[in-house]
Amino acid sequence: MLLESFLAAGLLLATPILLAALGELLVERTGVLNIGVEGMMLTGAFAAAMSAEATGSPGLGALVGAVAGVAVALLFAWCAIVLGTDQIIVGAAINLIALGGTGALYRAFYGTTGAALVLPTLPSLPVPGLASLPFVGPVLASQNALVYLALLLVPAFWALFRRTGLGLRLRAVGDHPQAAASLGYGVRAHKIGAILCAGALSGLAGATLTLAATNTFVEGVTAGRGFVALAVVVFGRWSPWGVMAGALLFGLVSALQFQLQAADLAIPHQLALMLPYLVTLAVLVTSPGTAVAPRALGVGDDPR
Amino acid sequence: MSRISARGLVRSLAPAGAAIALAFVLTALMAAAFGASPAAAVGALVSGSVGSSASLAATLLRASPLLLTGLGVMLAFRSGVFNIGAEGQLLVGALAATAVATRTGSWPGQAVFVLAAGAIAGALWAGIAAALRARREVNEVITTILLNFVGLYLVSYMVDGPLKEQSGAYPQSDLFPPTAELWRIVAGTRLHVGLLIGLVGVFFVHGLLSRTALGLRLRSAGLNPRAARVAGFPVGRDLFLAFALSGALAGLAGAVEVAGVTGRLYERISPGYGYTAIAIALLGGLRASGVLLAAVFFAALGTGASAMERTAGVSAVLAVAVQGATLLAVAMIGHLSWTGLQIPEASESESADAA
Repeated sequence: MLLESFLAAGLLLATPILLAALGELLVERTGVLNIGVEGMMLTGAFAAAMSAEATGSPGLGALVGAVAGVAVALLFAWCAIVLGTDQIIVGAAINLIALGGTGALYRAFYGTTGAALVLPTLPSLPVPGLASLPFVGPVLASQNALVYLALLLVPAFWALFRRTGLGLRLRAVGDHPQAAASLGYGVRAHKIGAILCAGALSGLAGATLTLAATNTFVEGVTAGRGFVALAVVVFGRWSPWGVMAGALLFGLVSALQFQLQAADLAIPHQLALMLPYLVTLAVLVTSPGTAVAPRALGVGDDPR
Repeated sequence: MSRISARGLVRSLAPAGAAIALAFVLTALMAAAFGASPAAAVGALVSGSVGSSASLAATLLRASPLLLTGLGVMLAFRSGVFNIGAEGQLLVGALAATAVATRTGSWPGQAVFVLAAGAIAGALWAGIAAALRARREVNEVITTILLNFVGLYLVSYMVDGPLKEQSGAYPQSDLFPPTAELWRIVAGTRLHVGLLIGLVGVFFVHGLLSRTALGLRLRSAGLNPRAARVAGFPVGRDLFLAFALSGALAGLAGAVEVAGVTGRLYERISPGYGYTAIAIALLGGLRASGVLLAAVFFAALGTGASAMERTAGVSAVLAVAVQGATLLAVAMIGHLSWTGLQIPEASESESADAA
């Protein structure tokens, strides 16, 4: 019982990281380094929270969150790909714009102190047949739709990169844009498409945060989770399965940390909060092998 | 010495002028969008940041930690080190400074050791990321990000544990003794010697990068690590130095903030200075003088926004959005790049080297 609820909580906490990291994986595979994932996630979290509060529909909220993420991604794509502005700068600027913009809008709606928002939550959707199974049911099959989406996207991304022509073109664009262009692949089109998908996923990641994990919105609610997603992509060595492992590790240790606090052990809660980051570091240090980043990651001089 | 010509002066000041003009336009637009008077908002922004000696002092006070962390980030980026960990390095710097200030009594000259402790702690914290990259080939993006959070929770633990104030009332450290506080440099204001340290930092970082052999090696490693290695440069050792110097500057910023402004440590000591520093380093075009201008500019937007909130009813947090939008616009106009100078072949050979 305890183990099941712990694993279910870990999976839920892993989902925002996993969604955002899968989006980041996609853009980084095309050679774009988007450090603005935190800003996209925050914008999605805000838009999802506001629209869910206004309409009472968490599903609609999640959709609006995804659209908001795409809107921020459009800005990123226009600046970084169409105009050729430095990707790192665009990302850093987007983080500031999102933090200031959502903060100002939130204060405009709810005042400086901020009301204690209680948002409608995404309902859990029991999977027919699976939900009644012991163990698997409560852990895996009674989650909300975004958790399922995140989990299904992992094999989908693997298949995309390894089994489809589109995946091959995406990777070619990220590894050697000149060669990809000489083969007639639209380098910019692939990058822009990947960025917009990442925007939608980051927006959904933010929506998961406000509509399922914390059920409220406060200024800067993402609290660096976008940066954690960035770290998880490197941790996962740019593979969907690796990214999933990283996100699950982070989510499970986060859930464990709550259990530790609840168990009233003598561990100060601040040190418990440190655990997910320390464990991720420890795994990185002890796991062998070198990372294989897309070769033209962050280069940003695109042939047309 | 570079000669100062009228054209050169215009060229170097044009981005700054553009940034200020853009910030005004954006502030006016956003104020209008939020139903406030654009003129009143911009007026409050100016008078609240540079309009009086008190507000100017407040701006320069706020610029000090931004300047030092901005220089740290800039030094790292120029050396090909993607240090996103200035926030954590600043926090542990403030932590070490607080330990020396509140747990060793009160003695003459203490402030110097408070600052030194901050710089050393920042350097060591960055050194963890350097060691992991050098020994285990772990990408510094991930380690510095993770260490930011570890540093944050470390501070929050220490101010509620070993460094908690004697009275035990709040999760914060004791007030620093007067011997541990930084000297005030302008009577009647809170301006402290930290600003001068930041200015020395500008000359130090500029001189280091442009006038020394180490600076040449660091810049080479930043532009083309493979060529630097082929040239026989001690790339591994220099990597440690770049990390350590970058971390020391951020750690010093943390020490300056607690010893000069707050006088004690608490959990929310940094409103994200270390992340803002990335934007400042980039807006400054990864040049020391540019970082100075960008730090003062960001600080002015911050202090001006507080005045704007009081008098024009525009939320101060909007200043953060203006900072971001200005950075974006200046980057588009001025073709800024995060490596300072970008040579496409460099990245390609770097990855070939890694493969």
